[in-house]
Amino acid sequence: MPSAAEVKERIETGIPGAQADVESDDNVHFTARVVAGDFTGLSLIEQHRLVYSIFDEGELGGTIHALALTTETP
Amino acid sequence: MTDQPENPLRDALAEAIASNDVILFMKGTPEQPMCGFSARTCAALTATKTEFSSVDVLADPRIRQELSSLSNWPTIPQLFVRGELVGGADIVGQMYESGELATVLGAPSSATAEPLPEAAKPGEAAPIQIENRLG
Repeated sequence: MPSAAEVKERIETGIPGAQADVESDDNVHFTARVVAGDFTGLSLIEQHRLVYSIFDEGELGGTIHALALTTETP
Repeated sequence: MTDQPENPLRDALAEAIASNDVILFMKGTPEQPMCGFSARTCAALTATKTEFSSVDVLADPRIRQELSSLSNWPTIPQLFVRGELVGGADIVGQMYESGELATVLGAPSSATAEPLPEAAKPGEAAPIQIENRLG
C-alpha cells in the first residue's frame, strides 16, 4: 500500500514543477491538492486526467481505492 | 465497417450516454448509494433539481471496465451531460460550489442529431439498467 508521501512523490515526479499536498488516514483513501503550471489552459477534466495518467491502469480504484483530487494553477 | 470485435456492452453504454441528457454512472442507486463519492455526486445533482438517469456499475463488473475504457476516466462516479463527460465527484462538487454545474445542466439541448451506435443484436442486450430519476 502506498503512503501519502509516496503518492505525493509520484505526482510531483510525474508532473514536473507540480506541488502536491497528499493526505491519507489509511493508505487506501487519499486526498490530494495539486498545484501545477502544466494545468494552465486545461479544463478541469484534462487537469484530472493528467494526474490520473501518472498511475497504472487499475491502480486507481485498486490499491489506491480513492483519490479525492483538487487541481489548481499556481 | 470496422474490424473491431463486437462489443455489445460498450455499444449499450455509448447509446445510454448519447440518449440520456444527464446520466450518472455510480455505485448503487440514488436512493441507496454504495460509496461516499457517488452519494456526494447524487446530492449535488439533486440540489440543482436536475432530472437525471443513473446506472449502477456494481450490477456487473464489466460495466465499470468498459465505461472507463470508453471515457478515459478511471474512477466512479462519472457524470455525462449531453454526451460529454463532465467529471467525477471532485469536479462535480467543485462545479456545484462555483455554480458552474447549474449552468452546464441548464444549458439548452443541442439541436444537432447524434449518430446512434449500431444497435446490439437481439439476444445480445447488454446488462445495464438505466433508472430515470427526478432529482
